[in-house]
Amino acid sequence: MTRITFDNVAHAYPSAPGAKVDYALKPFRHVWEHGLAYALLGPSGCGKTTLLNIISGLIIPSEGRLMFDDRDVTRLPTEQRNIAQVFQFPVVYDTMTVAENLAFPLRNRKMPKAAIASRVTEIAALLELTADLKRRARGLTADAKQKISLGRGLVRADVSAVLFDEPLTVIDPALKWELRSKLKAVHRALDLLMIYVTHDQTEALTFADRVVVMNEGRAVQIGTPEELFERPDHTFVGYFIGSPGMNFFPAKVSGARAVIGEHEVALGAAYPDLPVDGMLQVGIRPDFVTLAQSGGVPVQVKKIDDLGRKRLAHVSLGGVPMVAMVPDSMQSIGPESRVLMAPERLLVYHNDVRVEGMAL
Amino acid sequence: MNGKTWNNRAWFFVLPVLCFVLFSAVLPVMTVVNYSVQDTMGANSFFWNGDAWFRDLLDPNSDAGVRFSGALVRTFAFSITAVSLEVVLGIAIALCLPRKGWSVGASLIVIALPMLIPWNVVGTIWQIFSRSDIGLFGAALTGMGLNYNVTQEPVSAWVTIVVLDVWHWTPLVILLSYAGLQAIPDAYYQAARIDGASRWSVFKNVELPKLHKVLVIAILLRFMQSFMIYAEPVVVTGGGPGNATTFLSIDLVKIAIGEVDVGRGAAMSLIYYLIILTVCYVFYTIMTQLERRRDG
Repeated sequence: MTRITFDNVAHAYPSAPGAKVDYALKPFRHVWEHGLAYALLGPSGCGKTTLLNIISGLIIPSEGRLMFDDRDVTRLPTEQRNIAQVFQFPVVYDTMTVAENLAFPLRNRKMPKAAIASRVTEIAALLELTADLKRRARGLTADAKQKISLGRGLVRADVSAVLFDEPLTVIDPALKWELRSKLKAVHRALDLLMIYVTHDQTEALTFADRVVVMNEGRAVQIGTPEELFERPDHTFVGYFIGSPGMNFFPAKVSGARAVIGEHEVALGAAYPDLPVDGMLQVGIRPDFVTLAQSGGVPVQVKKIDDLGRKRLAHVSLGGVPMVAMVPDSMQSIGPESRVLMAPERLLVYHNDVRVEGMAL
Repeated sequence: MNGKTWNNRAWFFVLPVLCFVLFSAVLPVMTVVNYSVQDTMGANSFFWNGDAWFRDLLDPNSDAGVRFSGALVRTFAFSITAVSLEVVLGIAIALCLPRKGWSVGASLIVIALPMLIPWNVVGTIWQIFSRSDIGLFGAALTGMGLNYNVTQEPVSAWVTIVVLDVWHWTPLVILLSYAGLQAIPDAYYQAARIDGASRWSVFKNVELPKLHKVLVIAILLRFMQSFMIYAEPVVVTGGGPGNATTFLSIDLVKIAIGEVDVGRGAAMSLIYYLIILTVCYVFYTIMTQLERRRDG
């Protein structure tokens, strides 16, 4: 039972004196609860690996404190933190069998033999490694090896947290789905705090209870997959999550109405106290914009992507590109068309940060 | 036709190599084979001797046989001692070397220096080094009251030759092992730390298995070279005292050149060559089989 507390943890690599401090991770303050699965999601260089390395003890943060429950672990070496980690590439002990690999972390901690055997059997069954238990690890395929690494990460029942550093990179796409849902099932079965680093949003959204979206060293939003999808707190989250990303337009907002270019649209909430300076934008997910023959606002259709299950229209609204869904009933689409935007799905952003509206 | 274009121009590229190999390897070896089945009384007159030289050398009761097997045993003893020491020391030192920073280059250069010295120069260095009157090594040991004398004591001679070879060639094992160690990704060490592995366990379960391939190469190279050692013992001990450090190569030169016994020398060098070939082949086969069995 461990809760991880980040008390203004930040990390900057040493820079020239007097120069502006260049943070790899900007001050981060949050509490992660036991039993939940967290995903750190963001593009390369966003600071997610830095955050993971701070938790694992590979990096000592230059500022702030890291607590496991009430214990300050900021400066403790990895082996004293009671964590497990699964790396990007399979790390297996070549000369050992699969069973010996799984038992290794327990044997080193002098667990009784019988307890080791039962735990190894349990984990092997969860990961479907039972048939391979007696085989040497080195002869196995990359994804079997990665399953062993996963198993070694999960085998200790008392760990504070299990860290995953993009563990499915080497896995065949077809098997990825299987392993991902397996991990989800394992998480439910084992009741551990899991932390999963990835740049793949599907992976993060299917695996995690809470997704931490990171950009330029900052945690931009922490929330459930639904929250990230429905109410992105930052335009970056809107762009980064969802495929294709959210549509944004520069707009003027007054009360419950927004003016995009020369067209007025209705909003789902009222915004009476918006700051006068800075940049105002309204955003909407493509999923809530539909192409229509009449009503809504006029757009120029640039091209239609047929994805089989659905069709996406790339259109231009007053020169600003946007993506809309094409209803199944719509057959012929001319260069001039119109789009309908669900008012309650239109969100308002001031300097890239979402503004909470007042319910109408 | 299977659609492949047959183009005989390839032969133009292969022929020069074949010619070169013919003159550099095949002809010299055939000359030796030719000598090994003949006897000569000098004056360039040869007569047929069949396999008599070979039978004589391999007969444990003949004088030549006793002499040959003595040198063979000494050579094996030397090779096994020197190579074992070099491999153990080489791995140990490689593990102690820094992994990054400016000190890597500095220590590698210092370590590699002995390898750059020619064999007979190494012999000369150690010949002077081991003298009990002016040599640092010899004088120090004598000063400590040890009965150390390369020209009189077989044990002293052996120790000197083995230490000399270890000094000369451990660097090769160090460099190969170091390269092997550097190739192990950091994640392995971190995983082992998280798994709670001890230092010894990291060595046994991570480092040694990953070094397996470079060590096979290192042992093969070192065995071949040490089994052919010649210049150093000739300079330091001259094969003595008595026959104590007369290895196969030294005896071969004595027979073929000193005693102008070309036929016996040729037969001996062929057997010598076949021994090295066989040992290397057997060693390599066993090691690769072992690895394949582990994979299976």
